[in-house]
This record gives sequence, C-alpha cells and structure tokens, in this order.
Amino acid sequence: MIAHSIFFYFFSIIAIFSSLMVITSRSTVNSVFFLILDFISVGCLFIMVGAEFLGMIILIVYVGAVAVLFLFVVMMLNVSEQKQSWFIGKKSTHLPTGLIVSVLIFLELLVVVGGWKYKDNLMSSSTLNVSNISNTHQLGLVMYTEYILYFQIAGIILLLSMIGAILLTFRERPGVKKQSYLKQISRNPSSSVELKNVESYKGVKVDD
Amino acid sequence: MYEYFQILGQEIYKILFLLVPILVSVAMIVWLDRRVWGLVQKRRGPNVVGPFGLLQTLADALKYVFKEIIIPASANKTVFILAPIVTMTLALIAWAVIPLSENLVLSDINVGILYLFAVSSLGVYGIIMGGWASNSKYPFLGAIRSAAQMVSYEVSIGIIIINVLLCVGSLNLKDIVLAQQDLWYVVPLFPMFIIFFISALAETNRPPFDLPEAEAELVAGYQTEYSGMMYAMFWLGEYANILLMCAMGAILFLGGWLPIIDIFPLNLIPAPIWMILKILFLFFLFALIKAIVPRYRYDQLMRLGWKIFLPFSLIYLILTASFLFFFDKLPKGNF
Repeated sequence: MIAHSIFFYFFSIIAIFSSLMVITSRSTVNSVFFLILDFISVGCLFIMVGAEFLGMIILIVYVGAVAVLFLFVVMMLNVSEQKQSWFIGKKSTHLPTGLIVSVLIFLELLVVVGGWKYKDNLMSSSTLNVSNISNTHQLGLVMYTEYILYFQIAGIILLLSMIGAILLTFRERPGVKKQSYLKQISRNPSSSVELKNVESYKGVKVDD
Repeated sequence: MYEYFQILGQEIYKILFLLVPILVSVAMIVWLDRRVWGLVQKRRGPNVVGPFGLLQTLADALKYVFKEIIIPASANKTVFILAPIVTMTLALIAWAVIPLSENLVLSDINVGILYLFAVSSLGVYGIIMGGWASNSKYPFLGAIRSAAQMVSYEVSIGIIIINVLLCVGSLNLKDIVLAQQDLWYVVPLFPMFIIFFISALAETNRPPFDLPEAEAELVAGYQTEYSGMMYAMFWLGEYANILLMCAMGAILFLGGWLPIIDIFPLNLIPAPIWMILKILFLFFLFALIKAIVPRYRYDQLMRLGWKIFLPFSLIYLILTASFLFFFDKLPKGNF
C-alpha cells in the first residue's frame, strides 16, 4: 500500500507541477509540452484508481489527438516567439478575465463535489452492481442502457460541431486544379483523341 | 515496501528478458529488410559482415556509437535530445502487453488493446518534437506531414480494432487470441485485414507512405539534423514500431500464438515460435512492399485515408455489428 501512495504522490506532484508550468513557462510550445505531461499524469492517476478505461481514453483522445492538434497550431502560428511573462514586469490584460473564469470554475467544482457528497443514492444505481466484472463492462452496461439518451445527445453535439468546423474553414479557391480519379480512369481514346487533317500553312486550333 | 521491491526485482529481470531479445531482433529485422529489398532488385544486399551478413546491423550500430553527436546551434536543445528518447521508449514500452503465448506475457491487463493503441498514437510526438526542435525547414515540413499522416490513419486503425473487438467482446489481448481458436479473424474480416495492413504502413511511415522522410523532397525529413547515436535511436524506434505493428496484426487477425490447425504435427511447435513466425510473415510483406511499390503523393495519401479507408471501415463495422446481432452471435461476456 505504501508503494501505491508513493506512486500516487509522484503522479499528482507531476500533474500539479506541469499544470503550473503550462501557465508560467516562457515559450508557448513548452506550455503545450507541459500540458501533454499533465494529461499523461492525470491518465496515470485514473489507472491507479482502477478506472483503466478512462485513463486509456484520456491517453488516446487528449494526448494522441487533441494535444497533437494544439501542438500543430502553436507551431504553425509561430506564437512561440511571444514572451508571456505575466508574472514578471509587464502588466497583462488577460489577468482579470482569467481570474473571473477560474473563480467561476472553482465555485462550480465546489457545487458539484458538495452535491455529490450529500446525494447518497447516487451510487445505488440499479445497473451499477459492484462485482468482479471489469470497469469497461460496467461502463458499457450503464452507458447504453440508463444513459443512452445523454450518450446520443453527446454524439449529435459532436457531429454538429464537426460539421460547423468544416463549414467555417471551408473556402473554395478559384484557379486550383483538381484531379478527379473517376474522370482520369474513364477516359478512353474515343473521347480524348481526335484525328485531324492539318492543312499546310494553316494549322489547327488546339484549345477547343 | 520491502515486498514491493522484491516484486520489482523479479519484474526487472523479466523486463530484461523481453527487451534484449526485442533489440536483437530489431537488428536482425533491419538486416532482413535490406536483404529482401536487395533480392527483389536483383542485388545481394548486405552479405559481408558475419554469416550471410547477419552482423551488418551490429556493425552499423557500432559505427553510430563512435560518431559525434551534433546539436545545431539554433536548436531547442532539451526537446532535440528528448525526441529520439521519446520515440525509442514508446516503441519499447508497448511490448509489455504483447502475449507471446498463453502465459508468456509481461503484464496481462484488461485494456491491453487500448494500451497498444494509445502508445502507438503517442508515437507521433517523437517525430513532431524532433522536427520542431531542429529549427530547420526540411525537418519541420517532414514533422508536419507525418503528424497529419499518423493522426489520419489512426482513425481507421481505431475503427478496425472496434471491428475485431465486436467479435471478441473483450479488450484483453489474450482473450482476443483465444477467441480465434475456431477461425482466425483474417477470414471473416479479410477486407479489414488489408486496410489494417495498409494503415500500419502509413502509421509507421514505411514506403509507399514514407512522405515524412521522402528523400527526393525533404532530404531526410525530421531526421535531417540528427547524427550519431541519436539518429540510431530514431532508427531503432522506427523498426521496433514496425515489429509492434506486425505483432498487432498477428494478434488481431492471424490468431496470435495459435497454430494454423490444431492437429498433431503442427501443435507440437511451441506457441512463441508460431507468434514469431506470424510476425516475420507480416514483416516480410512490409519489406516486399517497400521494394515494389512507388511512393504516394501527399494528397493521394490523405484521400486514401479519409475518403476511402474511413468510410469503408465504418460501413464494414455496421455490417459486422448487424451480422452478429441478426444471427445472435454477439459475445455474451462473463457476467
């Protein structure tokens, strides 16, 4: 058990340290790297609690996909040159807004945790029987029966946001040549080759 | 605490017994790759160092060790050094869950296939970090290309894995293999096997999808600024990843350590040998494809991933699910 708590403190110290480094580090790319470290250590904490499915999903979704796109954007926009030294010298304009948002999130967390503590019938859900089946099975049992509506709504929201993102970024540029594989394959000599008798000193028009 | 260290001591020697053979087999596999490549092109390939040239890779590695490590002056030093370490580590830690036989596995975890998928999707970081930290245009272009490529092909690999999981009903790698005792999944899910194989080529940046290091366009992609041992680590990590993808293919589709048919002369061969033979077979296909298929253009690669593989594997997923549901063959699980 001691080893377990040593690992717990190891991962949680890394998580807290890296989340502090996300907001204090000088270059933006380093911030993203620390964010990734934070995700990984939170995933490890989940696995230590026994929620192996959630931990792996955090690794796959956040670290494997979302953070890659973050890193992509930060590297492409070249914001890595900006020095964000809000804690030394220059006054930042983001500080009040950030403070308001973080206080709000803190209050929300308080409400959620408090509500969970005083509602004791939450754990006595009919499908959540604590036996020796793995938590992936348990999650599946609950998610597709009791919470199917929320699951479907979440899926539809994701689909909508995907379509929205595509619509926002899609623009048709004129003058870009595109290949259509169907056209290329379905060409044959009768539709693309023409024999012409070329009269001397007159030639033929090619671009018709 | 003392017990914990005792367990740790036992585990460390197990880990060594897994890692050392993997590193040696990576060296052998590089030799095999070059040899097949040579024979397809009617050359001899490496055949001078040691018997049949088997020690060629060790000689190369020795050469890398004695070369100077050059770090560019404008590079981000920490990330530059970290990148090959990340690649190599991620390629090696995934082997912890690969079962070589029913009992020969380092850690038999419930969500083994998710772990494999997570580790293989983390592999892109080594490349992005290397490309960005070099602070030079060709490595950066290579890194961006490979990030887009690996993220795209992960999606279809994920859906293919779901296809297999629907038939098994468990995320444990051992269960996946044992579920194939009657019929390997390569038979009912043959189109998925083909797509998995091609996606694995793209995921490991192998030809014909080796755009991140396309030498005609990008010098050597994200490896351009690396030299000496750091380059060798990238290289080792890459080949360990290829072996890992072959092992994943063998477990998901070719029945892992199971013999072809469970009859007398075939089931005398020990289980790990079967597993190794299957990995080698898949790797042989990898090597053949490197020799015979020309490189894809970048837009063709993206079109293949998003417009062909993704819809096709989704449709096949729906077909598999409907088939299993209609004939009442969905795995029931143990509860």
